[in-house]
Amino acid sequence: MNYVLPLIITFLAGLLMLVSEFIPHKPFESLVSELEIWFMIISGFAIVLGQISLLKMNIFKIKYKSEGWKYCIVTLSAFFIMLLVGILWGTESQAGLLGGGERIIQSIGEKPFDYIFKYIYQHLMASMFSLLAFFIASAAYRAFIARTLESALLLVSAIIVMLGNTSVGTSMTSFLPQSLNFLHLPNISKFIMDYPNTAGQRAIIIGAGLGIIGSSLRVILGIERSWIGGKK
Amino acid sequence: MKFTFIDRRWIFLLILLGVGLPLIIPLGFKLEVSPDAQMVYDVIQSTNENRLVIVSFDYDPASKPELHPMGYAIIKHAIEKKHKVVCTALWPMGSQMADEIFHNLQKEMPELIYGENFINLGYKVGGMVTIQAMGKDMRNVYPKDASGKSIDDYPMLNNMKTIKDFAYVVSLSAGTPGLKDWIMVAKDKYGVSVLGGATAVSTPAFKPYVNDQKQLNGLLGGLKNAAEYEYLVGRKGTATAGMDAQSVAHLLIIAFIVLGNIAFFLNYKKVKE
Amino acid sequence: MINLWTSVGIWLGALSTLAIWSFLYKDNPFYKIAEQIFVGVSAAYWLVYTIYNILIPNLFSKLIADPKGNWVYYIPGVLGLMMVLRVIPKFEKASFYPLSLLIGTTAGISLLRFLKSDVLAQTTATMLNPFANANIAVMIGQIIIIIGTITGLIYFYFSKKHQGFVGVNARIGIIFLMISFGASFGYTVMARISLLIGRLQFLFGDWLHLIK
Repeated sequence: MNYVLPLIITFLAGLLMLVSEFIPHKPFESLVSELEIWFMIISGFAIVLGQISLLKMNIFKIKYKSEGWKYCIVTLSAFFIMLLVGILWGTESQAGLLGGGERIIQSIGEKPFDYIFKYIYQHLMASMFSLLAFFIASAAYRAFIARTLESALLLVSAIIVMLGNTSVGTSMTSFLPQSLNFLHLPNISKFIMDYPNTAGQRAIIIGAGLGIIGSSLRVILGIERSWIGGKK
Repeated sequence: MKFTFIDRRWIFLLILLGVGLPLIIPLGFKLEVSPDAQMVYDVIQSTNENRLVIVSFDYDPASKPELHPMGYAIIKHAIEKKHKVVCTALWPMGSQMADEIFHNLQKEMPELIYGENFINLGYKVGGMVTIQAMGKDMRNVYPKDASGKSIDDYPMLNNMKTIKDFAYVVSLSAGTPGLKDWIMVAKDKYGVSVLGGATAVSTPAFKPYVNDQKQLNGLLGGLKNAAEYEYLVGRKGTATAGMDAQSVAHLLIIAFIVLGNIAFFLNYKKVKE
Repeated sequence: MINLWTSVGIWLGALSTLAIWSFLYKDNPFYKIAEQIFVGVSAAYWLVYTIYNILIPNLFSKLIADPKGNWVYYIPGVLGLMMVLRVIPKFEKASFYPLSLLIGTTAGISLLRFLKSDVLAQTTATMLNPFANANIAVMIGQIIIIIGTITGLIYFYFSKKHQGFVGVNARIGIIFLMISFGASFGYTVMARISLLIGRLQFLFGDWLHLIK
């Protein structure tokens, strides 16, 4: 019984969306408009839920002294400092509880929330993702081997695209006469991107699209209910 | 055979030098404008003056090196063409990205004035559903701008009712929600032209949308297209400055692939013998 | 004073970068601390932005300005609170109601949008007449698109064993998929290197002033 009402709500919400597409008039149109705004608001609360879960997990780790619990203190400190400065002085465009933060802007150049974002957070995030440049170089050396015809095709296509997307690739074949322009590296790279790549990606897009349609139908009809702890 | 098992930290060092040195000592490789960049440029160039346009900042600082230069160049172009730029963000940090571009670009372009030809409506959660709501009542989705001021206080938005009032949408997208949501709803449901600025990782997957159905009216992919757009609008930025380093790094990676294959096949031959 | 704070900020940024990069040598406490600061600040950032950009303008402001006229907004407000109740195991089931609304809406919209954009429009875009082109490269390209898309789809059809006619076509499909994955790898390299370029532009430019 606990699951029946949520499944009915799911069915009605999904059905309403489908019906309003084909009958874009009152009352369906206005109901859907309202539902879309509700969706945005509830999703906002879902983000709040995510952050509370993170706090809860970190507090439990500290409480039970799980492995690496000391680092959880760092996480919580960073969280509360950022939250506090955000609430007190607000963000770049929003006033906080202490107002617009004009005095603090005069001292440090911007609000503390934006200062932390600009000088710490932004760099941490960008550095974290830049690590991938090193790892992809290492992977290219260790794992990118032409063992079969398929992997050889992958390799050749990757090398052409890599060369075609740099200035050096352009310079390498710029001496070619107009009649051999189709062999100019950026042109070969563009051909691969526009045709064989498009064909492969399109097959993936259509296949995945059909999969999403199928799973959406299963959700609307209540066949798929794993999200409420059901068996299917 | 030890060659195969070279410590990966040597590879890390080589890639660091390969990218770092050309930044300090530029090599001056030639840059050619590709038809992809030209396509985006032509759509913005041919849009009439005073039209409202959306630039959606669907990325965070992790993708800043690729998408930020596109943001600068596209907004510069739109303002020069006298379009009214309305910024939104489907990613929370996108709003701050828009603010940063506005403040820096304002130093170069005094004609860029907040509330007159530029406005930041801030971040909204919900992706596809939120864009669909924009097609019905934009003012209900964005009752206030990012600074918390009512949008009724901005005359530039007087004609804004739904997403259909916009000439085009540019989504600078690093993933989901992002460009795909704009294509699916803004273009395929409401018929608004959509242009994309995507990270290089997602560019191949967006290529099928640049088709004769015009699901995507143009696509900039990665740093190279960003550099080309900078060239087209005459603003040399970080993308142009990074192209030499990009070239050297690609050559290095190709060299790693070749060396890795040589090492593998030498090893394979020996094992066979 | 502002200049001092800017310099301190640039140093903080540089040290943050180096702390993260120290992982390239081996895992160490500097990396772990930087990683945890990243997680904590990120969570708070999302929370603050959600409150200022969504909950205040789209819900609280409306309820405060006109509680009677906007009574309908009490519903998503209550549903939102029910969603947050999920953190208390005893009340976990209360979150099923807002969740059902989100999931139903998403399923309905996804079904329509993916059907139109990813299935119908993409199929229509494949219905090409290659022989209508004077340009031979475009003609060959369009033939490749038609064959590649169809055989690629056959490869993804797992309800029939890949033997005989299906097997041959699936094999052709793999070839296109591999070329496509190669292109994706090439672009991924480009993306990752761009991120490193961005970092080094900061370190060599703003921090060490080696770049003009």
